[in-house]
Amino acid sequence: MNLSPLHLCLLFSSALFCIGLIGALCRSNTILVLLGVELMLNAANLNFIAFWRFGPAPSAETGVIFVLFSIAVAAAEAAVGLALVISIYRHQQNIRLQEANRLKG
Amino acid sequence: MIFVLTIIAFLTLATAAVALALRNLIHSALLLTVSWSGIAAFYLWAGAEFVAFAQILIYVGAISMVVLFAVLLTRRSRDDFAIAPESVGRAVSALIAGGAVLGVLFGAVVSTRLPDPPTSAPVVTVRRLGLQLMSPHAAALLVVGALLTVALLGAVVLAATARRDATEDAG
Repeated sequence: MNLSPLHLCLLFSSALFCIGLIGALCRSNTILVLLGVELMLNAANLNFIAFWRFGPAPSAETGVIFVLFSIAVAAAEAAVGLALVISIYRHQQNIRLQEANRLKG
Repeated sequence: MIFVLTIIAFLTLATAAVALALRNLIHSALLLTVSWSGIAAFYLWAGAEFVAFAQILIYVGAISMVVLFAVLLTRRSRDDFAIAPESVGRAVSALIAGGAVLGVLFGAVVSTRLPDPPTSAPVVTVRRLGLQLMSPHAAALLVVGALLTVALLGAVVLAATARRDATEDAG
């Protein structure tokens, strides 16, 4: 079996996605769950670049521009997520996910 | 070329896995910085220099700092960095679910026949990137600017609620 570089890039990004998924599922600390989600987002960005570089019909800049917008949205998501973590900590002095089970402030 | 990719992938995956398995949050955040640098190295390897430097600026520079601040602001005592171990059942079920997803993805990727890659990498200069962003994608750029403004203002409002109200509610 002969794997092309595109195959290897896709295997790399799926492994990164699964590490992020396992981290987001098995940790109960809110910050670590958020970092797992960030890793999954990064794996998606890796796929954009891999298909841009090794894809069948490489258009000049499409993949790069897609990744730039994706990174901008990820930065906004991280900022809002960490602000939510701090706000949860204000309310219950704890950031364990199991104890954040009330909608009342 | 493949050898370099293997090294980058191994470094990135190993640091990410160790970071999400550690119990010390500060160590996790610092190791994830290494992992994000590995992803930036992958972008450099693939020839997308602008994205690589954007990744270093945003992830290694900004997001890691925000994560460190969040870790420092949410600890309970002065030296409370280690978090309690997770339950075994939860870890096992997460590993099973993640392993199943990994198996499905690997099987799908390996069994797919992909077209031959082009011989030369697409060349993208910063000048052409700027022209593309400013003329065909100008509307998207404006929307992203508005999104970032609103999201950061919302983050400030969420995180900066008056301390007095919280204590009054608790009392």
